[in-house]
Amino acid sequence: MEWEKRKCSYYPGCSLQGTAKDYARSIGLVLDALGIEAVEIPDWNCCGATAAHSIAPKTAVTLAGRNLLSASALPYKELLVPCPLCFNRLKAALFALHGENKGRYDLTLPEGIPQIFDLADFLAQGEFLDRITQGVRHPLKGLEVVCYYGCMAVRPPEVTGAREVEDPQSMDRIVSALGGRPIPWPYKTDCCGASHALARRDLEEELVQKILHKALRSGAKAIVVSCQMCQANLDMYPLRAYKDPAKARALPVLYFTELIGLALGLKGIEQGLKQHFVDPRPLLRELGLLP
Amino acid sequence: MDPYFFNPQYLDALEKAGPFRALACFQCRKCTNGCPLTFAMDLMPDEVIRLVVLGEGERVLRSRTLWVCSSCGTCSTRCPNEVRIAELMDHLKETALKEGVPCPEPEVLLLHQSFLKQIKKRGRVFETFLLPSYTLRSGLWRKSWKEGTWLRELILGVKMAQKGRLSWRPHRTADRAGIERAFSERDKGPSQSKGPSL
Repeated sequence: MEWEKRKCSYYPGCSLQGTAKDYARSIGLVLDALGIEAVEIPDWNCCGATAAHSIAPKTAVTLAGRNLLSASALPYKELLVPCPLCFNRLKAALFALHGENKGRYDLTLPEGIPQIFDLADFLAQGEFLDRITQGVRHPLKGLEVVCYYGCMAVRPPEVTGAREVEDPQSMDRIVSALGGRPIPWPYKTDCCGASHALARRDLEEELVQKILHKALRSGAKAIVVSCQMCQANLDMYPLRAYKDPAKARALPVLYFTELIGLALGLKGIEQGLKQHFVDPRPLLRELGLLP
Repeated sequence: MDPYFFNPQYLDALEKAGPFRALACFQCRKCTNGCPLTFAMDLMPDEVIRLVVLGEGERVLRSRTLWVCSSCGTCSTRCPNEVRIAELMDHLKETALKEGVPCPEPEVLLLHQSFLKQIKKRGRVFETFLLPSYTLRSGLWRKSWKEGTWLRELILGVKMAQKGRLSWRPHRTADRAGIERAFSERDKGPSQSKGPSL
């Protein structure tokens, strides 16, 4: 289907050039199919992630703020951010640089900063949700999933602007539009342990295990995510849980953009599915969603 | 320690470095009840706030809690009094480093530092270098060697490469000066006030 073209600014973030190339590819295919041209903001830098705000909070604001400055050089009204942590850091910088303590920072933001969107939230809005609904060629019939949002797209709401903090709905709405069934469950925004996967893996495994267990108990056949850190932690868990193999429960962990791609019948979406650790293809074949 | 000791100057300096509102805490413990990592903490989040209010900063700065916190923000979100606990935790971590308090979780600290070093150098993070170099430098590799789990670690790395999840080319931000400027912010401290000192 041909849609009226819409141009938006785009901030990919470091992971999408590295460990989450599969996410990046599916986003490219989906945005293209939905008539969105994503223009990368010029010469962007790392958002600072957890490291910067943990030990150098001022640097965190100026690092992320520099990206907002670059974004203001583009004429588009919306800035799309697929990684929830990047989204959160950019929003937090905006919050700080517009807030009562803005005098603390060397950086002053000009007028014309685009509105910052979490990608899943942006695509779950009226206009684009309609485009998704109308574009569905292979409804995801029989696909029962839990949508897992993680922390950063929603918390804290005064920074993220999220309206549904404890029970977000953006991906659930998208899955429904695609013909799948999103199962309501209580761990949508529980923490996956994030970067503790490196430094304190024991802690991360404890958290991931709880989430996987609850997802299985809810009857989900797969977990749908929008965050590459959550994806990596949940997807690699069965490989890493060597201390107690009995605890290693496996569920495919799919990006919401991969599901959109599948339902819209986009060529090339299969490529990224091979890059997952828990192979989602047997499940998708079983449901007749992949040849 | 005098349990009724109260240091208004300490609190004043802290709240100016904020915006945190430690004094607004009425100990409902919603932060602690929602926190996913209390099982690994030596002080509960509500205790951190209480100790800060009582002027017991040093106990807080030495605590493991600051470093096992994953910054998920559940505490800040559920707090009915806008104490901004997660942000307060960040400030306390920064203060602990400035004051030279020994970090009880050196691996966590080293991860933050290695990450920042990468940003300072390239403007962006190159995971393919960060992951193995951090594992070696942090002593986590040696630990897995001793525990006999090193082969699994190695397989994990090889699998990531096989799956095409590692990039072989680092990306850079061209504007070196802009990145440098963001890092020079660090040493100046808050311009309005200095953080609380012990």
